[in-house]
Amino acid sequence: MNEEEIVKRLKDRFGDRIEAYVKRKRRIVVKIDRELIIDVSKFLFEELDFKFFSTITAVDFPDRFECIYHVSRHDGIMILLKARIPKNDPKIKSVTSIWPGADWHEREAYDLMGIIFEGHPNLKRIFLPEDFKGHPLRKDFKLQEASWF
Amino acid sequence: MKYKFEGYEIEVRDNELLLNLGPQHPSTHGLCRLVVKLEGEKVKEIIPIIGYLHRGVEKICENRTYLQIIPITDRMDYLSAMNNNFAYVTAVEELLGVKVPERAEYLRVIAAELNRIASHLLFIATFGMDIGSFSAFMYGFRDREMILDLLEEMSGARMLYSYMRIGGVKRDVKKEFFDRCIKVLDKLEERLKDYERFFLENELFINRTKGIGILKPEDAIKLGVTGPNLRASGVKYDIRRVDPYSVYESIDFEVITDSGCDSYARFMVRFKEIKESIKIVRQAIKQIPEGDIMARVPKVIRPPEGEVYSRVESPRGELGVYIYSDGKSDKPYRIKFRVPSFANLSAFPHFNKGLLLADLIVSFASIDIVLGDIDR
Repeated sequence: MNEEEIVKRLKDRFGDRIEAYVKRKRRIVVKIDRELIIDVSKFLFEELDFKFFSTITAVDFPDRFECIYHVSRHDGIMILLKARIPKNDPKIKSVTSIWPGADWHEREAYDLMGIIFEGHPNLKRIFLPEDFKGHPLRKDFKLQEASWF
Repeated sequence: MKYKFEGYEIEVRDNELLLNLGPQHPSTHGLCRLVVKLEGEKVKEIIPIIGYLHRGVEKICENRTYLQIIPITDRMDYLSAMNNNFAYVTAVEELLGVKVPERAEYLRVIAAELNRIASHLLFIATFGMDIGSFSAFMYGFRDREMILDLLEEMSGARMLYSYMRIGGVKRDVKKEFFDRCIKVLDKLEERLKDYERFFLENELFINRTKGIGILKPEDAIKLGVTGPNLRASGVKYDIRRVDPYSVYESIDFEVITDSGCDSYARFMVRFKEIKESIKIVRQAIKQIPEGDIMARVPKVIRPPEGEVYSRVESPRGELGVYIYSDGKSDKPYRIKFRVPSFANLSAFPHFNKGLLLADLIVSFASIDIVLGDIDR
């Protein structure tokens, strides 16, 4: 199965609810709304054989959050699955039931960007201490000067 | 009785014991804390606690220009800084659409593979240390020093190289460098025979590592394990082959796998990878053309709006860099490093339940993590 066939399979299955295109050799971009995340993930995992979970990148845009799931196949084709998340309600369903390897990556995105993954078995901060205030990768979190002793 | 720590709450019965390993335990290779629940000497539960080396690399990078980020990438996985440089510069080059001169690509491959050898030698050293063999430690560090000398000659630094630039490499090497390089590789191949005698014909070593920490192939894929750990479970998955970058397509090498799935297999894969890397460096030296080492790149790097995910095979697995550029600024809007050790450690608690405590240390050493990489 090559890149075009994968895009076609996705479009046949989900119609105009998703936007999918080939970016370059071995890279496909798929854009969805957050409601579809479980359906699309299951389809990718079960039907299209995307078994390797690389990571989640959470991005803070001026008008929305975006979670980018990087998943790939054994032949190196990688999908950047982008889920839009509204600014005022940063929640999305967890994909740990499909890719168990997403566990820590979701915790990281929660810790640093403040996105809440519903259904995650153990959603708590991973790098920062429990009592840390705020989520540092958000754009409204400004770097502070180091204080001198 | 209930114990509470770092947001975890754990129930411990009368015949069980909660033991804290680290953060400063010598077997943790950095600052990693493992909380282990024991029944007798059997491990029942493992909770890794990380974040002691968290510097916020991604946030720092958002406030630096593209060129200023290169030294920061060195400081993530400090044992394979060349590979970190490699992943980052290939990502920015793809974003800019720069074509790198072939000589620079070969120099990069030579540097990255030498670094892989150094990193695997350090693994052998510390792995030997963790199973109680101090000689292995001396062997590994002695031979790693030869490679570091070569890398120092190339880049001017022993560990944190910052050798690669966007569009090429910092400086060319002299002609004699390749002769010296071949000499060192010859010597290293001799020494590897000693290693074989020392480890692979050593009953103590085999008994300590065979059958310890079994990671089945389907679990390894499911849990996101990559690199030598995945290949030691018999899965043939190497980024250099499945998603080729640079000039790896024109180099002939084998992807090492092992069906053992245990700590011994993970050691063997790395040991054989050293030989493969030697093979790659030899070929690269043979094939390297004359020519420029830098492409024409603007002084101020301001990529057009767009995104890129570029990945390389670091000595520990898939190292990916995601960059989103908004097209207006000379700083990345968002940069994300997908580091291999992070995923490898997250899988660790799943395949080590039921081991003896002393064997847990062996299994932990065999996944070869770097905490600077995990915490970023």
